[in-house]
Amino acid sequence: MSAEIAQRIERRTAERSLRARIVLALGPATILAGLVWALLQPYRLTFLHPHGQGFWWLVGGEAPLYVVLAGVVFWRVVAVPLAEDLEQ
Amino acid sequence: MPRAEMVHWWFAGGFLMLGLLGLAQAVVGEEVWGMRPWRRYLWPGLTFLMGVLMWPVMTFYTNSTIHMLAHGSWAQVLMLAGGLELARASGRVQSQWWRLSSALALLVSGGAFIVHEQQHWLFSRAAFLHHALGWTLVVGAVFPLLQAFRPRSVVAASGFATLFVVVAVMLFCDRDTAAIFGHLSTYAGTPHR
Repeated sequence: MSAEIAQRIERRTAERSLRARIVLALGPATILAGLVWALLQPYRLTFLHPHGQGFWWLVGGEAPLYVVLAGVVFWRVVAVPLAEDLEQ
Repeated sequence: MPRAEMVHWWFAGGFLMLGLLGLAQAVVGEEVWGMRPWRRYLWPGLTFLMGVLMWPVMTFYTNSTIHMLAHGSWAQVLMLAGGLELARASGRVQSQWWRLSSALALLVSGGAFIVHEQQHWLFSRAAFLHHALGWTLVVGAVFPLLQAFRPRSVVAASGFATLFVVVAVMLFCDRDTAAIFGHLSTYAGTPHR
């Protein structure tokens, strides 16, 4: 194999690896955003002070958790298989 | 009944997921994204589902005729954009010009946001966000428009995906009664938890 072809393959592999890393980082970045939000505005999490709250506030009022949930689902269901495909 | 702000947060979760899917697709490109067939249906399927879920919102959160028309139009354009993207994913339609349906959906959604908000920008946070969401969607329509002309443009794809993340952030910020930049009209009601 010539040096030029080897260099091209190496460059393409590095580019794919960078893309895989970006895709894999999207999920944890979203989870982190949700956690930071929960720390900054703990009153947005109803389960931390549930006394006297109704069903909808306890189930539907946990906005920062939705961000974390979206990040987890995206990471496990989409990002990991996508990074595997990218590495192939 | 859940409060209106909760419904906004649920849809914000959906829009956040749409944004993440779009960003991932923009990063890896169409070929890698399409390597597993189920992945092609994720974005359009979720968009279509959100359109279907807008119908109960239209039914149960009808404060006025203009609200009903706005919610109904969102349901229709979300289903239209999702349905056409599902058809593109399955190969039933091929033309790149079908992407214009997403631009139309954003224009109609943005217009509905602006028209159905009766109060001025600084009336309350909800009013501010409705105006901001409306104009963001109208301006954001440029991205799917660009995609129709340049289907492989990374800028257009990334911009389109980022638009959904921005919309999600704004919807998560929404409260039924809350101040915006220190302003809250006395007619807006009393802020709750």
